[in-house]
Amino acid sequence: MQQTRSVELGTGLFVLLGLAALFFLTTQTTGSDSFSGDETYTVTARFQNVGSLKDRAPVAMSGVTIGRVTSVKFDPEALDAEVTFVIDSRYNQIPDDSDASILTAGLLGSQYIGLQAGGSEFYLEEGSEIQFTQSAIVIENLISKYLFKSGDGAE
Amino acid sequence: MLQEIWYTFIDFVRTFGALQLFFVRLLVNSPSIIMRRGGLVVKQIHNAGALSLVIIMVCGFFVGGVLGLQGYSNLSKFNAEDSVGTFAAFSLLKELGPVITALLFAGRAGTALASEIGLMKATDQLSAMEMMAINPLRRVLVPRFLGGAISMPLLAAVFSVVGLFGAHIVAVNLLGVDQGAFWQQIQSTLEISDINEGIIKSIVFGIVASLLAVWEGYNAVPTAEGVGRATTRSVVISAISVLILDFMITASFI
Repeated sequence: MQQTRSVELGTGLFVLLGLAALFFLTTQTTGSDSFSGDETYTVTARFQNVGSLKDRAPVAMSGVTIGRVTSVKFDPEALDAEVTFVIDSRYNQIPDDSDASILTAGLLGSQYIGLQAGGSEFYLEEGSEIQFTQSAIVIENLISKYLFKSGDGAE
Repeated sequence: MLQEIWYTFIDFVRTFGALQLFFVRLLVNSPSIIMRRGGLVVKQIHNAGALSLVIIMVCGFFVGGVLGLQGYSNLSKFNAEDSVGTFAAFSLLKELGPVITALLFAGRAGTALASEIGLMKATDQLSAMEMMAINPLRRVLVPRFLGGAISMPLLAAVFSVVGLFGAHIVAVNLLGVDQGAFWQQIQSTLEISDINEGIIKSIVFGIVASLLAVWEGYNAVPTAEGVGRATTRSVVISAISVLILDFMITASFI
């Protein structure tokens, strides 16, 4: 009887420890999202170049994640990229002339959309489109610009 | 010559098929054993899991520590030693955790299962049970299989967590990587799908390693030499299967 009890105790401890480890792995090592995404509204924006923006990339304002990209599509008629993203309904007072730019987290990090507040009295709502956008910075373009500039300067 | 190869091949296919049928029989009998004889399964989880905990934790700690050292010495060449946490976490959670745990598990628990069952067979205990109208498959094999299959994912998770702390101690406390950067980099790069990959691997490896150990023991030649051979085979075949399956699962996740 005593032996059975200690076996059961040991097994219970082992299983609890294993489950605690699993819990630790799933919660502590993955990024904790401040964005819950329960109630959202959808906004679109058009970019000349989205760089390597992907679905589920964060949408941030002042560095705080307030939404997620839901789709990145190429529009064959307008010949630009149409990015659809959702914003948490708690943030429903974003001026509708805010501008969206595609930024990079860190030097080599993943890309995200950064919103910069405008001054309009009207707010973004379900289905609205952001007018002012700034494309992703493509490093090759930067380099070629730099090369051209330095070429001009030498003349 | 050709005929021999053909017969060997046929023999292999037949054994493989028998193994599948054996697996199905274990699975079919599992629910009723869990319901009615849960105590047997608990005892086997204790044998296979709780008693393997020490070896798993010690190995996990040192594997994590080595990852911290190696990651640091290579990443510091690019001034990227902050990424050592990401490096260790990816290696541990996706590959080393499940694989090394499975290999240790096959060595520590698999051999115990195979030799125990083989010896039971050699000393006619299994036949005696049959004489008493007790199905040895249900009474002996199913609880052992379940105990192993349940323990393995838990052991792999413990291995990964202890490994992470090993890497943390080496990188942060000994080599001076910033603690905030260590965890923040892990959290921003690791995704839930990466962890799922590790968990799926550890579940599959647990089932395979336990199945092969039980199978080899059950089919051991009932002599002293046969039991020894079955024990060896269970480790060798488990290790090969685990590494092949690891390749296949990794490929399917990319």
